[in-house]
Amino acid sequence: MAAEMLSYLDRNSPIHRLTGATKLLCFLMWSAAAMLTYDTRILLAMFIGSLVLFKLSRIRVQEVSFVLILILLFLMINNIAIYLFSPQEGVNIYGTSHQLVHLVGRYNMTLEQLFYQFNITLKYFTVIPAALLFIVTTNPSEFAASLNRIGVSYRISFAVAIALRYIPDIQRDFQTIAQAQQARGLDMSRKETLGRRVKNTASIVVPLIFSSLDRIEVISNAMELRGFGKNNKRTWYSARPFSVGDFIAMAGVAVLLAVTLIVTFYDGNRFYNPFLAGV
Amino acid sequence: MKKPMISFENYSFHYRSQAEPTLKNINLTIYEGEKIVIVGHSGSGKSTLAHCINGLVPFSYKGTISGSLKIAGKEAKDQNIFALSALVGTVLQDPDGQFIGLTVGEDIAFSLENDCVETDVMQRRTLEAAKLLDIDHRLTHRVHQLSGGQKQRTALAGVMIDNVPILLFDEPLANLDPAAGKYAIELIDRIHQEAKTTTIIVEHRLEDVLHRKADRIIVMNEGQIVGDMPPNELLASDILAKYTLREPLYITALKHAGCDLPADGGLEHIQKLDIDEFKDKLNHFPNTRAPGKTRHDAAPILELRDLHFSYRNGQQLLKNISTVISKGEMVSIVGKNGTGKTTLAKLLCGFENPAQGRIVYNGEDMTNNTIKEFSLRVGMVMQNPNQMISKHMIFDEVALGLRVRGVPEAEIKQQVNRTLKICGLYPFRNWPVSALSFGQKKRVTIAAILVLKPEVMILDEPTAGQDFRHYTDIMEFLLELNRQGITILMITHDMHLMLEYTSRAIVIGNGTILADDTPANILTDREVTKLAHLKETSLYALAVRAGLEHPREFVQQFIDYDREVRQHGSRNVILS
Repeated sequence: MAAEMLSYLDRNSPIHRLTGATKLLCFLMWSAAAMLTYDTRILLAMFIGSLVLFKLSRIRVQEVSFVLILILLFLMINNIAIYLFSPQEGVNIYGTSHQLVHLVGRYNMTLEQLFYQFNITLKYFTVIPAALLFIVTTNPSEFAASLNRIGVSYRISFAVAIALRYIPDIQRDFQTIAQAQQARGLDMSRKETLGRRVKNTASIVVPLIFSSLDRIEVISNAMELRGFGKNNKRTWYSARPFSVGDFIAMAGVAVLLAVTLIVTFYDGNRFYNPFLAGV
Repeated sequence: MKKPMISFENYSFHYRSQAEPTLKNINLTIYEGEKIVIVGHSGSGKSTLAHCINGLVPFSYKGTISGSLKIAGKEAKDQNIFALSALVGTVLQDPDGQFIGLTVGEDIAFSLENDCVETDVMQRRTLEAAKLLDIDHRLTHRVHQLSGGQKQRTALAGVMIDNVPILLFDEPLANLDPAAGKYAIELIDRIHQEAKTTTIIVEHRLEDVLHRKADRIIVMNEGQIVGDMPPNELLASDILAKYTLREPLYITALKHAGCDLPADGGLEHIQKLDIDEFKDKLNHFPNTRAPGKTRHDAAPILELRDLHFSYRNGQQLLKNISTVISKGEMVSIVGKNGTGKTTLAKLLCGFENPAQGRIVYNGEDMTNNTIKEFSLRVGMVMQNPNQMISKHMIFDEVALGLRVRGVPEAEIKQQVNRTLKICGLYPFRNWPVSALSFGQKKRVTIAAILVLKPEVMILDEPTAGQDFRHYTDIMEFLLELNRQGITILMITHDMHLMLEYTSRAIVIGNGTILADDTPANILTDREVTKLAHLKETSLYALAVRAGLEHPREFVQQFIDYDREVRQHGSRNVILS
């Protein structure tokens, strides 16, 4: 259901049992590894790894399907854009050119370009499950505490946590307002022209902003009246001490990051080049 | 000698953005352990007074202060909001918005977190505070899944955990169903007695607050204190009526009956009244029958046939809802919080689809129609006007629906102006919506629906958060619309609204219709009121105590007479 997308999904799984701080650190290291390397072997291994983690977390794919489709859509647009703007990037990187299809000018499709874009897509596929996992398995109560633990100021941590928490509320507001506006005849469906639909959406956004501003005033008063911002630091009710599992997870991902870096930069090149052998 | 906890001396406050000072020359002393109720209508300055006590004024809402306010002996303006929050615990009006923590435990612990209390100590103290308020078995529950009463307990535990000497409640009863409201007052009273806290309640539902004893009532009007006396003395006087504040109904009834009210005892609670004195007069209550309220002969406009509704997760919310609404009726839909009243309204507008059953308008099956098709027949006014208003100018807001329908501009102008006149908004037609008060915004949203000429209008809590004056304005306005033939359904928690303005009430409870009868019959039926979290009207209790022969009729008699009296002075709606 769209109204609940990207909210915390409570399960009893090894992933859920890790503290929020561990998951955040692991996620950051995991992403760093995936971002730095273009080594196809590592990326494939990490991709399979992330699928295993996803399975372990007992989150079902359809529970995150809406966001997943959204991301895949962007990924596709991204891929097309790369091809449009630098169709010979792969040839540059790998140093060879195996032409597959002859097109106009520099738009000849090469095996190198396809391989390069395959690697980019693979990067996304290794990070997406990890990112989704981090979001849906981290108890929002623990989220701010985790950010604060890794050194982010508690004011910012809390602001982020509260913003995340209000996503479902704002989605609910959006739905209510959309219904109210549709009842006045505003059509949000495909029957309307695009220009009108954009205009009609604006008439939802304005009340949404006003009702959100109301919320903000109430919550900031409530927070101030109960001493938020009194000291330079604060403690957290839902902070949990690290357990053995946390250390294992962090050590595991740290090793992964190290191995990635070594393998990737061992030969002075971030790219794994399958074309060299063929030459 | 009692120790003064809060003392205002020649205190005035002027908001930076306002033309006039909001508080003028306040002199008020509240002593340790007292329980004070502050009443006054919207804009009387009662909320500002509360904000001065908890420090939101002047630390969050800026402005100019003159005079002195001492809290626990120290000048408030020389401190900061954190120092004050250690003295004054505030429970805000909004039952949902004020929660900061996601779970009950987290929210209760919030102020301890800010005090850097260690996690294990914090968890222990949170449990203690939760036990005090009997919410300890729900520490891990999410706040928004709680019932209204549980939310109150959580909010209270969150301020009690600091052992504050002063507790301030800002309209604690708004948005609570009558039974939850009664419980909240009992809870506040228990805490007041056990913890000996100085307690201040800002609330305009005086009858409900006086369910438990209070020491003094402060009446505010236009930024000044116009009354400061024990409840009994206030009720015997005509101060409340003078400032159009709602008296407890039984007091109004006694006054209408021509009883002399003693200033020295028994008035603040119906069970303490010295009833023998009044029996005779009550037996001769003036009899005025309101003409033609019931219209059973009218044609049905809306039929619900065996409606069922379930959430997407399969949980059933409504079942076997069958009823017929006749053209021109004014019906209230009541029941406890979270029982499906709003969902029922959404079904009737096509916002949600029933799992089973039929919705028939004027003999035409509309069950599977789109929202747009529903909108040609039924209009819905939401509880919060900010959720509906999307245009900057009032005229444009009201014109929105017509413009979407493609009505020619000349005709739009004519129709919008006519509607604005009906709603008393014509003088403001070129104003920005943001310049209006909450009650006026509500009118704008009603006008925006009205202009579409629906046959049926559904209003969700039309008078929530409105003082008695605005309440009367809005309800008389709706009544006038009803007289012109629009069928009106209202979702409400206000028992008086239901009694006074509707001829029929549908009680929703346990997922279905518990009762469907006249409001007077429903509010005198112990079983139904208990099941649906309603509150038996004090008029009935009065009639029973006075040993009247027909207590139910007395309730109706009073309502008719009271409306007559009030209408005499009230503004008539002008139609063009």
